[in-house]
Amino acid sequence: MAELTMKNVEKKASTIDLRRKSRWGESIIQALLFFSGFFSIFVTIGIVYELGKEALLFFQMPDVNLLDLVTSTKWQPHTGEFGIWPLFTATMMTSTIAMAIAIPLGLGVAIYLSEYADRRVRNILKPILEVLAGIPTIVYGYFALTFMTPILREIFGRDVVQIYNTGSTGLVMGILILPLITSMTEDALSAVPRSLREAAYAVGGTKLEVAVQVVVPAALSGIAAAIIIGISRAIGETMIVAVAAGAGPNFTFNPFVGAETITGHIVRISGGDLSYDSIDYNSIFVLGLFLFLITLTLNVISQAIVRRYREVYE
Amino acid sequence: MREIAVVEGFANNLDARNRRGVMWHMLFQASTVVGIIALIALMLNIIDGAFGYVAYEASVDPDSLAVNGIPVQDQSKEQLVALLQSKLSSGAYNKLNNEKPFVNRSQAEVYQLVVDRMIRPKIVGVWNLWPSLTQADEIRATVAKDHPKAELDFVSWLTTNFIVRPQTSEPLTAGVRTAILGSLWTILFTILLAFPIGLGAAIYLEEYASDNRLNRIIQTNINNLAGVPSIIYGILGLAIFVRTLEALTSGEVFGLVDPTTANGRTVLSAGFTLGLLVLPIIIINAQEAIRAVPRSLRNASFGVGATKWQTVWSHVLPNAMPGILTGTILAVSRAIGETAPLVVVGASTAISFDPNSPFSKFTTLPIQIYQWTSRPQDEFRSLAAASIIVLLIILLSLNASAILLRNRFSRRF
Repeated sequence: MAELTMKNVEKKASTIDLRRKSRWGESIIQALLFFSGFFSIFVTIGIVYELGKEALLFFQMPDVNLLDLVTSTKWQPHTGEFGIWPLFTATMMTSTIAMAIAIPLGLGVAIYLSEYADRRVRNILKPILEVLAGIPTIVYGYFALTFMTPILREIFGRDVVQIYNTGSTGLVMGILILPLITSMTEDALSAVPRSLREAAYAVGGTKLEVAVQVVVPAALSGIAAAIIIGISRAIGETMIVAVAAGAGPNFTFNPFVGAETITGHIVRISGGDLSYDSIDYNSIFVLGLFLFLITLTLNVISQAIVRRYREVYE
Repeated sequence: MREIAVVEGFANNLDARNRRGVMWHMLFQASTVVGIIALIALMLNIIDGAFGYVAYEASVDPDSLAVNGIPVQDQSKEQLVALLQSKLSSGAYNKLNNEKPFVNRSQAEVYQLVVDRMIRPKIVGVWNLWPSLTQADEIRATVAKDHPKAELDFVSWLTTNFIVRPQTSEPLTAGVRTAILGSLWTILFTILLAFPIGLGAAIYLEEYASDNRLNRIIQTNINNLAGVPSIIYGILGLAIFVRTLEALTSGEVFGLVDPTTANGRTVLSAGFTLGLLVLPIIIINAQEAIRAVPRSLRNASFGVGATKWQTVWSHVLPNAMPGILTGTILAVSRAIGETAPLVVVGASTAISFDPNSPFSKFTTLPIQIYQWTSRPQDEFRSLAAASIIVLLIILLSLNASAILLRNRFSRRF
């Protein structure tokens, strides 16, 4: 009986076609999945196309010329003055102050978490930093306006510090970027293998020397990437600036007076009902394109650094 | 020990090196403390703004409304309705009646109307929590001197009424219901756009894509999109959803144009804009979750003759789902807190009615916070603080549910 069934099975098996079949359902699903994957390309094309198209319209306007854009220090679209400098310097001011806070503090916290803190402390601190990173930026804007600015005004005097200023904006932006730099740096530091540290201890290094002269250099590519991403984030940061940095372009390097950044300007201009094909409408696309190119370059550099200079350990 | 140092000169500067070690250790620790202090200051500052003394003057003295010695708040509903009818213009009265007939309103609701429309308290002074606690006597003295008729109350700006009341221009009666509903509507369309496409893209890249040039470009592109500032997505949304696809996003195509809607600046546009914004985050998180499913599971499935899609659908996805959902929840909480792109897309500055279709005008909680923060009066700052607390509670519970999900369903292979 058993032999008989075996024979039947063999007989049946020999008739099964093992060649690849075309399955319509599978192909359709695969096409849909491919479309989803490709969708992100459409988004990028959309960004580049829309920004580029409107920016081109802007440059074709009679009272706009490219030379003005880089030489003039006034940005007043309605009176025909298009110098990008005041917006650019304000952006640089807030970002520089932010990075002056975020880089040293961020690296300090990351080294502490990765090299010094014991596991119990780390398990408490890391979620706290994640909370800090998850708070919406508008909340930081509120914080800058109602906490940081009054403090600055107390310290430096009310006639020196204006209600809206780039200083408090930058300081709070630093706090915003701190967790970003910390978590990326901490990841890079913990990826350095234990054997390197052991070797450094074995030749008599102190804890600090091991951390700063062995672990940090080994993780340098990751740290550099973190800093560049931080800069890119600071430049693109909008809501803190919109709330606390002031309205109106201002060509100044004084951190205690108001000035408008690129992002702040876009938000203020588009906050009202914007009519299409007006000079304001087109100008936000130019600024957007400028912003997009800066941040994209920074992101690409950061990825390239990681790819090229990463020390790979087993 | 030092005497028998093997290497000559080894111990020479040991003390200095150790001192330096201790000093830097303290510096590293101090920077951590600074970070924590910043977080605490942020939280305390918000709480400080959300509670405190408010002094307000009534435009009409409530005592003058008392009938036969019964104070106005204890009068019956019919008395109050009669009062409204006699004091309001008939147009205003009919409008209220049309919104919701007086017959169906409760005594408390009608009393609220009397307060809003007739007594009309006007704020003359606002104090934060800290001065309210430490200088209560001085505040009382100032108010008694400057505004003798004013009433001074210690209020919490965050109340249940604050959450269920619609937006108004009167700080004492303003609420965030409109904004919360706006946020929910917006997020619905964000998820509808970003989740299916994001999941599909992640499956494609992890399971189907071969390592060729096109697929590498797609992957790099997704990583780059994740780093684009959110305001750029706002500009994109303005150009594509609000302007180019206006017929679709304003509901014209479906013949459903909301009479109040201004040209495509709708819930739908806002939701889709945020959808594009969180798409790369969802893809990257889902990819990680799918990658964590071990190869052996797939091979076992292929081994019994399953097709690729059968394997993905019945083995990979169920095992990756907790991770995918966690990542999606985190992306959604990012979208809920996002402000800048929505300002650019064109959130409405003042709407008092709830959004009720994809083609309604919208405002969201962060937009509301932005608008209240931007106003110079202290009372609006307090409203902003109260709505920040609401927003943070929503985000915190979302994040907590993501963590719970991860811990509850995470499997190790």
